[in-house]
Amino acid sequence: MSVATEVRTKYEAVIGLEVHVQLLTQSKLFCSCSTRFGDPPNSNVCPVCLGLPGALPVLNRDAVTMAMKAAMALNCAINTRSRFARKNYFYPDLPKGYQISQYDEPLSQDGWIEIEANGARRRIGITRVHLEEDAGKSLHEGFPDSERKSYIDLNRSGVPLIEIVSEPDLRTSEESYDYLTRLKTLMLYLEVSNCNMEEGSLRCDANVSVRHAGASEFGTKTEVKNLNSFRFLQKALEYEIERQIEIVESGGTIEQETRLWDSREQRTYGMRSKEFAHDYRYFPEPDLLPLIITEDWKDEVRRSLPELPEARRQRFISEYALPEYDAAQLTASKILANYFEEVAKASGEPKLAANWVLSELLYLLKEANKEITDSPVSAASLAELLALLSKGTVSGKMAKEILAEMFRAGKRAAEVMSAQGLEQINDAEKIAAMVREIMAGNPKQVEQYRKGKTATLGWFVGQVMKATRGQANPQLVQDVLKRELG
Amino acid sequence: MDSKIAMDLTALTIDQIRDLLASRKATALELTEAHFARIEQKDKDVRAYLSLCSERAREQARNIDRKVAAGEPLGLLAGVPVAVKDVILARGTRATCASRILENYVAPYDATAVRRLEEAGAIILGKTNCDEFAMGSSTENSGFYPTHNPNDLTRVPGGSSGGSAAAVAANLAIVSLGSDTGGSIRQPAALCGIAGMMGTYGRVSRFGLVAFASSLDHIGPFGRSVRDVARVLQVIAGRDPKDSTSADIPVPDYVQALDAGAPGLKVGVPSEYFKGLNPETGDNIQKGIDLFGKLGCSVVPISLPHTDYAIACYYIICTAEASSNLARYDGVRYGFRSPEHDDLRDMYKKTRDRGFGPEVKRRIMLGTHVLSSGYYDAYYLKAQKVRTLITRDFLEAFDDVDVIVTPTSPLPAFKIGEKVDDPLQMYLADIYTVTASLAGIPGISVPCGRTKCEPHLPVGMQLLAKHFDEARLLQVAQAFEKAGGFEVA
Repeated sequence: MSVATEVRTKYEAVIGLEVHVQLLTQSKLFCSCSTRFGDPPNSNVCPVCLGLPGALPVLNRDAVTMAMKAAMALNCAINTRSRFARKNYFYPDLPKGYQISQYDEPLSQDGWIEIEANGARRRIGITRVHLEEDAGKSLHEGFPDSERKSYIDLNRSGVPLIEIVSEPDLRTSEESYDYLTRLKTLMLYLEVSNCNMEEGSLRCDANVSVRHAGASEFGTKTEVKNLNSFRFLQKALEYEIERQIEIVESGGTIEQETRLWDSREQRTYGMRSKEFAHDYRYFPEPDLLPLIITEDWKDEVRRSLPELPEARRQRFISEYALPEYDAAQLTASKILANYFEEVAKASGEPKLAANWVLSELLYLLKEANKEITDSPVSAASLAELLALLSKGTVSGKMAKEILAEMFRAGKRAAEVMSAQGLEQINDAEKIAAMVREIMAGNPKQVEQYRKGKTATLGWFVGQVMKATRGQANPQLVQDVLKRELG
Repeated sequence: MDSKIAMDLTALTIDQIRDLLASRKATALELTEAHFARIEQKDKDVRAYLSLCSERAREQARNIDRKVAAGEPLGLLAGVPVAVKDVILARGTRATCASRILENYVAPYDATAVRRLEEAGAIILGKTNCDEFAMGSSTENSGFYPTHNPNDLTRVPGGSSGGSAAAVAANLAIVSLGSDTGGSIRQPAALCGIAGMMGTYGRVSRFGLVAFASSLDHIGPFGRSVRDVARVLQVIAGRDPKDSTSADIPVPDYVQALDAGAPGLKVGVPSEYFKGLNPETGDNIQKGIDLFGKLGCSVVPISLPHTDYAIACYYIICTAEASSNLARYDGVRYGFRSPEHDDLRDMYKKTRDRGFGPEVKRRIMLGTHVLSSGYYDAYYLKAQKVRTLITRDFLEAFDDVDVIVTPTSPLPAFKIGEKVDDPLQMYLADIYTVTASLAGIPGISVPCGRTKCEPHLPVGMQLLAKHFDEARLLQVAQAFEKAGGFEVA
């Protein structure tokens, strides 16, 4: 499907995202079962999360604290009193026949997050952040009787989630991508979730509609589900926006419905229309008391908030005099930012540190398909190398080679250098002897230089470097050459 | 052991059992066996029990006897045979809730109340019949069989805790546990002629009570005396971290407060509770009220103006919660699953259609309706507002009076089958009990004589007090019992 650009520009998309983030608590939201991922099916379960008769939920305080952190980082107001509600529907992996969520009295509301769109920064409203429990998982494949049966794993049942609902403030798939990226970065900074999309700890649904550019009324929206990667989100939104534009262009009307993204077919298809929409029959959860957040609790959580990406970015610019772009790159991940700061502090060379982390180290990691957390070169180790570089003990070229070897062998700079005899030659006499030897062997070039073809100097430098396998201090080589040739 | 002694051992009070054990005149095992013998003999007519846990009971009895022999300290309910309503879980025993849908369901854990009873030395004899999922006022809605009133076997014992009430009334247990959502302890206590109490909402943990309507459900005791009721409440009351709605308020010594009498207390009589009352019941209640005057209480008329709305309000809230609470019985994980079905939806439909009885289905449908979009505000939300007004009525009344006295039920035990085809009439049997449930205040029903005409059926008087004032309630009930109130005529 593709819509001509001139048609496309007549329309504007309106997008709101509902993002589910699994919290990193030890135990589930309403019982003490472990939240560990990947355990044998139905091993982390108890009467509460199995929905057995007579069992009652008891709220996990850590989950509330984590949800508050997320809400505060998203600039939401924390409600002093919020309430859990039951969302009723039948599904085999929903053991109680209802999900305990929050409805008309959420934990927090009215926040915002800043994104970047076309080079400008823009605030996207956050409608609410609320707490809820996850359902179990239906397994349709991989079991002896999978042909005939579906299997249910309830390990995930009752795992705490926060739902982050945005205002319909997003206009393009790129903005949506940037929004989700920033949301993920924020959660990782807060250490409230690992945001692992493959494991389902970050999930995204989108509400999408289109309207004529400049219109103030919203069009009819569809809800697109199953956006289980950043790439899917962008592709599904592109697809859905174009699908809707085509319908409107051809005089049709958009049906309000839930659509699923099919990543194999690269399209969305209708799942449930409005007539079959669930009536969730929300009502306040009578098994739990209203959730009261005291000012003390709020203060305690606020004090525990770490430095957030935006603040850190600005600090990197002011404290380390980094270019805007570098600061943004480095703070996109908390671990990367931490790594950089460690290198910068240990080496005393923040600019050098930024360059080397962003270009050389990230390149090596990418080549090796590794994350910064698995880097064979520690921050301290890189800092040692950069210190050598800044003192002139090694040349830039040598440093690159040394780093590559450090990365490959997991060794420190000094070890690599002594093993390969890579120390820089800073002995002017030794270099002068070598220069004289080269001059003697190349009288023609010497004559050319002396006749005024000073560009020949570069050739001589190259010869010296070649002879010393790049170990000679290039500045010193130049000085010596000028003197000897002069 | 001859049958005369066996008879005696089933007609005891908790205090008498304590003395018998202490003086080594009887063992816990003898008490247990005496009860099983009587159950064997009588329960084929009464049908109070759904299942017996004889092994568990005997093991507990032997434990108690070993402690007695070793001179170890005994719990507050040591050797006391107890019956437990089938909606309350006891590990390893069936918990059917009198429903076909849970016919073979075995509880994997103990309700907190059951655990506390056993830790106090009580002996769980078995699980008692009730209306399916505690929905009903006659125990005729049991998915298995109705229970008969020991006072007249052709009549209902009331409900929904009819089995627990009948068991105590027929000496098939010393005391029992029931559950009360809109009167399910107090009403059968009245109809069977015993005492039955519902504490303040939150006083007794609901953990392990199969939910009917969570914001209204209570576990509470039945006994043949106020003192026995107080002793059981003492053991089961108190904060339970497993129930978020259980109150973190200290439990006073109910038994110590019992014998203070009632002089100087102010007893309120709400005019709204005497409309449409069976005249014989009305006579007995009036005599009961007169007795309070003789006990030195001042009796004053009061008004609880929102009483008329209570039944409607109650049936909206309880069915709404029930529709959600009973969603888990879907045939997926446990309980009955319809063997033949086409697909998932069909499996749900057939399982629930065949597993649930008509009254349960009626309430699930009502509850689903009142919560559905477009109706929520008009029904559920409005009912919550009315609930607040009813609660306020009581709070205002208790500014002035210490306890409120009403009839428990508008009429004594009716004939089995008499009202089964008229659900609305059945709902009206709860008319005097649902208000306290909605307000969350404690209530007790105590015997208040018998009707003049044959077959002289028991009449129950309901006493209500403000939140967490159970001690006062028990004290007044005890004074009433001591003054002969149970047998007024």
